[in-house]
Amino acid sequence: MLANKRMLALGTGAVAVALTVTACSSGAVQAGGGSTGGDGGTVTLKVATVNNGQMKDMEKLKTEYEAANPGVKVNFQVMEEGDLRAAVTADVASGAGQYDIVTIGAYETPQWGANGWLVDLTPALQSDASYDVNDLLPPVRDVNTYDGKLFAVPFYGESSILMYNKEVMDKAGITIPQNPTWQQVADAAKKVNTPDMAGICMRGKPGWGDLFAPLTTVVQTFGGNWYDSNWKATVDTPEWKEAVGFYKKLLDDSGEKDPVSYSFNECLTALKEGKAAMWADASVAASMLEAADSPVKGKMGYAHMPVDKTKESGWLWSWNLAIPTSTKQKDAAIKFVKWATSKDYIKLVGNKIGWSNVPPGSRTSTYSIPEYKDAAKAYAPITLDVMSSVNPKQPGVNPQPWVGIQYVSIPEFQDVGNQCAQLVADYLANRGTIDDALSKCQSIAQAAGDKHKK
Amino acid sequence: MNSPSSTTTSNRSARGALTTLVTWVLVLIFFFPVFWMVLNGFKPESLASSVDPTFIFKPVTEGYQLAMDRGMAGYLQNSLTAAVIATIISVTLAIPAAYALSIRRVKNVENSLSFFISTRFMPLAAIVLPLFMIFKTIGLLDNIYMLAVVYGAMNLPVTVWMMRSFFLEVPFEIIEAARVDGAGMFREIVRIVLPLVLPGVAAAALISFIFAWNEYFLALLLTSSAARTTPPFLGSFVDGRGQFLAVLSAAATIAALPVIIAGWAAQKQLVRGLSMGAIK
Repeated sequence: MLANKRMLALGTGAVAVALTVTACSSGAVQAGGGSTGGDGGTVTLKVATVNNGQMKDMEKLKTEYEAANPGVKVNFQVMEEGDLRAAVTADVASGAGQYDIVTIGAYETPQWGANGWLVDLTPALQSDASYDVNDLLPPVRDVNTYDGKLFAVPFYGESSILMYNKEVMDKAGITIPQNPTWQQVADAAKKVNTPDMAGICMRGKPGWGDLFAPLTTVVQTFGGNWYDSNWKATVDTPEWKEAVGFYKKLLDDSGEKDPVSYSFNECLTALKEGKAAMWADASVAASMLEAADSPVKGKMGYAHMPVDKTKESGWLWSWNLAIPTSTKQKDAAIKFVKWATSKDYIKLVGNKIGWSNVPPGSRTSTYSIPEYKDAAKAYAPITLDVMSSVNPKQPGVNPQPWVGIQYVSIPEFQDVGNQCAQLVADYLANRGTIDDALSKCQSIAQAAGDKHKK
Repeated sequence: MNSPSSTTTSNRSARGALTTLVTWVLVLIFFFPVFWMVLNGFKPESLASSVDPTFIFKPVTEGYQLAMDRGMAGYLQNSLTAAVIATIISVTLAIPAAYALSIRRVKNVENSLSFFISTRFMPLAAIVLPLFMIFKTIGLLDNIYMLAVVYGAMNLPVTVWMMRSFFLEVPFEIIEAARVDGAGMFREIVRIVLPLVLPGVAAAALISFIFAWNEYFLALLLTSSAARTTPPFLGSFVDGRGQFLAVLSAAATIAALPVIIAGWAAQKQLVRGLSMGAIK
């Protein structure tokens, strides 16, 4: 009975604690209420963003903005990429208006702009000479433009490049040209491949944004693409077979073991730890390989993404700030977006956080700041070079009916890409054949393409 | 030559040793990921993501510092609010429901048992959008109490089912005796039945608490900033362009502590409670 009494007491205690907790919390995170503003005319801007280093720096620097703009509070909600897509899409598509500023990828901007979900930023940006909208890198501007309107402003941009360990290459007597071909890279990888060090590390993890980011660019430079200009799927073509077959052979001959568990971070670790000699991936990786604590700092060489039939084969990705039409704080939101993507913001990051942490790939002028040129001398010139020369309107050999490189900007593509990536990953892991994978992928892609045929 | 009885004894002890061994192996297998998480939380980022696993290293608390700097306390408080209220809701409603389904059986209600559990058959993904639209319309998105009510409702079927099986264990003679002595329904539940099934109630409450504490999907979509809970916050450490294992492990360790403490405190009741329905 004593035990029971104690249990009852415990229960009562728990209820008391619960009530206390309840009483003192009306949403404990970042008190300040909803976006309709708090007390005393304070405007609260809610920003949804992705958890990348540059965005976390923006969160740190928001106090500078708040200090310069009394009466404005900025609440950041940082999310993992997949979570961000789910949460922000539900919010923006339904017009719920929970976020005043959202971070979206280059993949979303044209689609959401076409749906009327985003505020057209062109008038606000063009009317402000000090913002200098023409300074935004042209290809990045292109992927965020729909129907001549800029629906999102790039905050961070990247292309893909080839990164290689110079020491290893020198020892093997190999010189990697500035614009290598895939065959040259495959030969070099084979030459330096040892049981302890893979010749090259490439993504194999299934996912449209994992395996298919580099693989789509390989397919495009081999002359293939997802669709022809009439939205007919072209996955079962010889070009695809050649490209995917090449990718598999490259990995089999000199790639990392178990490639299907490798994506950006795994390859980054492999390169840093000397477990791989080369890597073709996002240009931002260079800043991590050159970071102060990196064992390969100063030992790396960088070249354009390898090609086959095209002149360039780098991808183009950007994280952009956009304002949903459902916001109740449009003017305040525009002001913040302009601040976060301005030339002054770049300088603020450089001075307060460090010049190598500056968001890359958004503005041309970033690459002529002396401090940045010095801090990022190993990779800044090539990043600017590649990002200015890729052509998102026609990255492959043939014309395509959308703007974008390593993705197709239709809503179905996430699903098409994910399913096909699974099929191709099975082939990479010797669990299926290439013909089977590509023919299944062809019908998946065609079903999506049929919806866009004119 | 051994006598038959000693053979049996040695067989039994061999079997006992084997059972112990298998148990230990299983415990280690289940515990290792938790151990690895705690260990990674104390590593510098480069070591945590290293290809070669490291067991001996100089511990750092950077990960913990980073997690707390990003305002983890607020998310923990939201999770606690949601989980505690949800538990109170589901347990308070499940007790009378289970009573009506076991001791004082209400006619034609028995079928509702399968109806209760059938609400859990539907995948969350199918109900989240309708919920989102409802809460958007009534202006309750990003509200921690709304989330708590959803969790309470979500846990109700499981708590009703658990409690019912505990209530069925109560010998009917005791209840009859109470009734003969003139106990009314309320007194019967509070003074007779509940004290007997308290371990079961504790187990059901703990399970309800854990479900609500760990819930990710609804929290991600139904909250945006003020009411966001710990699980989506943990997810936010995953970085597509950079290493994050150490800080994620540190944050996950902090997030797991309340549940571990609650489970440890209620351990005795829990073991009795969880095995209650099983002893026939």
